[in-house]
Parts: sequence; structure tokens; C-alpha cells
Amino acid sequence: MIRASTIKTLKIDDRDFSARHDETILDVARQNGIFIPKICDLKGLSPVGACRLCLVEVKGSNRLLPACSTLVEEGMEVTTTTERLQRYRRNILELLFTERNHVCSVCVSNGHCELQTLAQKLDITHVHFRYRYPNLDVDASHDRFSVDHNRCILCSRCVRVCDEIEGAHTWDFMGRGIESLVITDLAEPWGTSETCTGCGKCVHVCPTGALFEKGKSVAEMLKRREFLPYLTQMREEHS
Amino acid sequence: MSPEELEQIAEAERERQAKFKHRIKVCMAAGCVSCQSEGVKAALDKEVAARQAAAGGGECDCEVKCVGCMGLCAGGPLVAVGDSALYQHVTPEDAPALVESVGGAPVSRLVCPTDVPFFQKQKKVVLENCGNIDPERIEDYIAAGGYTSLMQALGDMTPLQVISEITRSGLRGRGGAGYPTGLKWSTVSKAPGEKKYVVCNADEGDPGAFMDRSVLESDPHRVLEGMLIAAFAVGANEGYIYVRAEYPLAIKRLRIAIKQAERLGLLGNNICGSRMSFHLDLRLGAGAFVCGEETALLASIEGRRGIPRPRPPYPAMEGLFGQPTLINNVETFASIAPIIRHGGEWYAQIGTEKSKGTKVFALAGSVNNTGLVEVAMGTTLREMVYEIGGGMAEGRQFKAVQTGGPSGGCLPAQFLDMPVDYENLARAGSIMGSGGMIVMDDTACMVDVARFFMDFCMGESCGKCVPCRVGTYHMHGLLKKITQRRGSTADITQLEELSDLLKNTSLCGLGQSAPNPVLSTLRYFAEEYKAHVEEHRCPAGVCNSENGDDAANEPPNPDAPVAIDLGSGKGGDQ
Repeated sequence: MIRASTIKTLKIDDRDFSARHDETILDVARQNGIFIPKICDLKGLSPVGACRLCLVEVKGSNRLLPACSTLVEEGMEVTTTTERLQRYRRNILELLFTERNHVCSVCVSNGHCELQTLAQKLDITHVHFRYRYPNLDVDASHDRFSVDHNRCILCSRCVRVCDEIEGAHTWDFMGRGIESLVITDLAEPWGTSETCTGCGKCVHVCPTGALFEKGKSVAEMLKRREFLPYLTQMREEHS
Repeated sequence: MSPEELEQIAEAERERQAKFKHRIKVCMAAGCVSCQSEGVKAALDKEVAARQAAAGGGECDCEVKCVGCMGLCAGGPLVAVGDSALYQHVTPEDAPALVESVGGAPVSRLVCPTDVPFFQKQKKVVLENCGNIDPERIEDYIAAGGYTSLMQALGDMTPLQVISEITRSGLRGRGGAGYPTGLKWSTVSKAPGEKKYVVCNADEGDPGAFMDRSVLESDPHRVLEGMLIAAFAVGANEGYIYVRAEYPLAIKRLRIAIKQAERLGLLGNNICGSRMSFHLDLRLGAGAFVCGEETALLASIEGRRGIPRPRPPYPAMEGLFGQPTLINNVETFASIAPIIRHGGEWYAQIGTEKSKGTKVFALAGSVNNTGLVEVAMGTTLREMVYEIGGGMAEGRQFKAVQTGGPSGGCLPAQFLDMPVDYENLARAGSIMGSGGMIVMDDTACMVDVARFFMDFCMGESCGKCVPCRVGTYHMHGLLKKITQRRGSTADITQLEELSDLLKNTSLCGLGQSAPNPVLSTLRYFAEEYKAHVEEHRCPAGVCNSENGDDAANEPPNPDAPVAIDLGSGKGGDQ
């Protein structure tokens, strides 16, 4: 039973909405077709607030808050798009482009990459920070999948889906700061991993072409992630 | 353990100490240990024993005692003979002369004058026992009045009274942000939860800061007592001290202190016959600066990777293992016992209007007296540098003082007469931080200082959020370029742009405050940046383009915006 007090009303961009108390600003925005950019968040996985693209202004808070992990509150007044927010979002995307080697035209995810889409949506044509051009490996030791670290944006979706949904926890991070890298097991080749079940969820949640299936053409390498919310929902219902 | 039993222990210890006519105290904190104070102690022991044997044995009337930090680390190893004479730069060869001087004329060549501002200007509350008691003997702490505050709280006060006493004292968190301690305690005590935790943050990591280390090495029981009182106030029965593994001596003394307190029934079940139980354990940090951030620290204690998470929920509501958790810094806990003993009003008399009490600073850099000092809040920077610090080393010109470590800023001479408190420092563009204070003279290049701190932040960024992970990398690159005298005005604009981004969009305090050294030097030392980028020279003569020039590794014309190849695709789902 849902008590009345658990329903909150709030304003997003001057429009009134109601929401359950356990919903986030991003949930409400998504339900109502309000676009808030984000790349680490994925419905069905726990929010981490890492990409900082979904930062919004909330009246009364002197800090910008991540829409993905901020729960709604009664009387909240949220602004999702301001000149300042857009500038920050563009800056953050530019930083992501400089961090590794993203070249869309030779990428297997060209056309269905979230980083690419966001850059197009936010009208990014040039990057004014210096490129790092790191020299990173590609691990193609697995039978069916490959990981190309040059395209990884460290969003941790693969780490979370492997841990939270599949329960294998094959993926994790190594190193810190700019040296961070996603790894399988204890930084062993993916193909030799004894914990990997080969389920492929990590590949399908990856927003870029960092994780992909072998032998698929660009047109075929579509990622399907509708299953995630259903999986979590069904597990909750049957537990 | 009852108050009477505690008094008995104190009495027995005082009697034991009274048996000695003379006392020689040797500093055994890390600063002096690193310059061979252990050898000095051994030599003194040997000398005292030899003299006693020569005198035909019998009762020894001179005790050679290990004590904690005496403050003036620049003069180490420090030895105090009796109550009056302090000696500096003592070597094992000096032992005979020192023992000879007991009860007689001091050894003038080693004397360290104690009538100077360095000692006179200090106000010791947190450090009251440092340099007086043996940190490895609980009896010594009890004889100095230790654990009476705990008895007082358990016996005569309700948790609410304890919290209101702390609130009345005006104590603010000494870890850096200055959050009111009483308010934090009250929040945790009111938070619903089946179990609560008290955590002591001893992951001190600012370059040049060693306040917490000295307190833990010199007076560990004071921290334990503060935690016990906090646990009583908020209703916690389990606690952790998160101490960095780089502090082996502090860890050793904490382990001893915990064991001793357990043996006397001051830790464990039914403390002092009350209904309160409290179990305390140590957790060692594995060398990540970010683990000083409270949510990262909690993750680390839980055995996970030490990375911050968004707040709210705050640890006071959902902390360690999802339970309400009180996290305070070492110095905050060390301030608790005196507040309970003398009352909140007494503490609130010290300091300024909004920043009460005293603050311990680790004074470092180019001043004559480097070391650990405790002063009342509101002491001016001029008093810190020219009186307590004994003036600039080698008679050099003062240039800036850096407070707050990598999250703080550099303040120029115009702020010398500013009283140091949380508000004033923040207004000037720096922070109190944990209390590091680095004094810089005219040989320091402020751009290079900014580069040093950015290098630190880049290396310590956990890599979770994009602005901090990539932003600190770019800011460091730009600063490096400027210090290699290859910079341009555009680089400074970009530094400002990135500073704004990091400050406002980073996930945790590390990223949000990482631009502070850059912003404060840009604000107060703009002409130095200008000299670097316009005239390609370093006014202080520090930056040398021959050193580590990596221009060759850079792409041609790196300042022009680079078009990104977004391919021809229409984009995927969002």
C-alpha cells in the first residue's frame, strides 16, 4: 500500500510533476520526456553519479546535484537546462573525448554509441582541450567478445551489471585517477577468466564500442538493454 | 572500574613518579625518532645505570622517560631535564653531560630557550599532555587526569547533556570543513538505526601536515576517551580508527592503548559498570588520499575500493554498513575530554566569534621554528610566522603561506594581519583544512607550487568522476607547460575554465577543492603567471625549461581546437 505521504510533488523546468518518494529526479524526467544527458546511469543498475553530465540546479541548494542519484523531495524546484549547465556538460564530454582514442568512423559502435549521440545532441564539433592519445591495449582473448580500452569511458556499467545482475563480479577497476582501467578478474586476459559466465550483459550495457561482440558488423552491433529493468523487477517479485 | 578505582590508579602512579627526584624526558614521536632519539634514550639509560652502579646501587632517583612530541621538531632530538631545561639537537654522546647536569647547572651549548614566543604564545588544550606523559603507559595518562571526563559523562550526565555541552563549546570539525561537532553528534544520536558506529578519521594525508600523527603518537588515550564519550552521546557500541599505514608508530601506540584500555574495562562490555558497551578496532589505510573523504573512508573500512559516493545520504543517516555513523577527525576527538572536564563555556571563551577553541598547526617551510604548535583561533598569520615561527629562515623575504594542503590556497603578505579562523581563510580563498601551514619565501615560484599540488591531486584522484579524473590531468599538463615556460595566455584562460568546472561538478571534496591552489595563486600572484607566459621567464628562478621538457612529445600546434570525428552515424539510444 502506498501512503499519500510517499507521493511528492515537484517542479521540473517550471512544470509540475508528482513522483514516488523513492524516485530520482532523472526517473521523473525520463517518464515525462524531459531530456537530461547522462552516460554512467542505466535503468536497472544502481546509480553511481560518476559522469556528472546529469547535474541539475535545485533551488535552495548551492551545489549542483546529480539527477541520477538525487531523490525527489516535496516542493523541489529543478532546472535541467541553463547556459551554465550546458557549458559544463559540453566540457565534460570534451574531457571524455580527450581521455582516450575515440574515432567514430572506424568504430564498431558508429551510429549506436551513446557518447557519439550526446556529442551530437550537445552540438560538439571541436574539442579545445589537448588530446592525450594514450597507448592502450585491446583484449581479444575471449571467444565471443573483445574489450578495446581505447574506447572505454570508465562509466562502470559493465562492472555493475556483472556484479549486481549476473552476480559474477568478473569486471572491476585497476589503478586510480587517469590511470584507471577496467579489468577482468585480477587483470588477467578475459578469455582465461574462470568467473566470466559469457553472458554478454557487459557488452550490451557498454555505452560505447569498448565492449563488443566479435564478428559483428557495425550495422549488426546493436546493443540491447531493455532486459535490465525487467530482470530486476522480476527478481524482486519472485524473492 | 569506578571513579574511585581510577583515582587509585592515578594515586599509585603519582606515588611511583614521586619516588624519582629527577626526570629526563626524551621525545619519542616520529620527528625525533627519525633523528635518532632512540639512541639518545639508550645512551641516557646506560649513563644513569652506570652512575647508579658507581654510587653503590640502591634506589635510583632519576627516571629516563619516553614522552610524545614536544613541538619544536626543527630542534630534534629534544630532551627535557627536570621541569625547566630543554635541550635540542642532542646526540648520544651528550648523555654524560646531560645526566651530570641533573639538579645542577644546565648544559649551555645544547639549551633550547623556552622563553621564546614559540613556547609562550601557544595555548595547549589538545596537546596538553604531549611531551609530558609516556604515550605507552595508560597509568601516566590517568595520573594526568585522563578518563575522568568519561567517568563524568557516564556517571553524572545524560547523552543529551553531553551533546549540549559540546554544542555550547562551539567546537567545529577539525578535519577541514569545520562542520559544527555538536550538530553532527545530535544528528547521529537522533538517526534511527539498530546499530551505530563511531569512526575516527586518522587518514591524514596533506603534504606537510602531521598534527594527527603527533597526537596519536604522543597521547593516544585522549583520542580513545573522546571516542568513548562520543559513543556514549550518540548511542554507538562499535567503533573504528581508520589510520594510514604510513604511520607505523601511531599504529603501534594505538594498539597498545586499546589493549590497555580493554584490560582496565574502559573498552568492552559494560564500561565502568554502566550499560554502555563499546568495542574499538583499527583499520589501516592502504595509501589513498581520497580515503580521507568520509564516504570513501567508509567504503574502505567495509573492505571495498575506497571511492566516494554521492551524498545524501550522509553517513550520519546511512554510513558504515548502512547504519548511522559518526565520523570525526583525530583532533576533534582529542578536544572532547577537556571540554567535558572544564565545560563548554570554558572552551567557547577561547578563539573568535565563529571559530572557538584552539587549533593545532603543523608549521613547515622556510621559518626558523618548524614544528607542531597549538594556538587559539584568531591568532594572526604574522604571529604564526614571525613570532611563533621565529621569522623567516636565513632572513629571507616572506612571500606566501599555504594553508589547507592540496585543497587550500596560497595567501600573500597582505593577509599577514588576518586572524586565522574558518571564515577568514575561506574569504581569502583558502581553507583551514586539517592544519598544515607551509611558509614560502621569495625563492618559491607560485606557479610551480600550484603545479606541485595539482600533481598531487592528479595522482590521488580516484578516477570515478570525469571532471576530477580528466580535469586534474589537463590542469596539471597546463601548469607543467607554463612552468616549462612554453605557456601562453590561452593556457591561463583554460586553467580558469577547468577550475570552474572542477569546483562545481566534481563528485567529492577532492575534485571540488583541487583547483584552490591554482585559483588562489592566479588571484594573488597573477604577475608571476604573466611573466611565465608572456616573457617566458620565472621571476623566482625556479622553473627551468631545460628540466624535463617534453615539448617533443606533443602534437603540432596543440592550442588549436581539434575537430572530432563523429562519423556519419545517426547515434544510438539515450
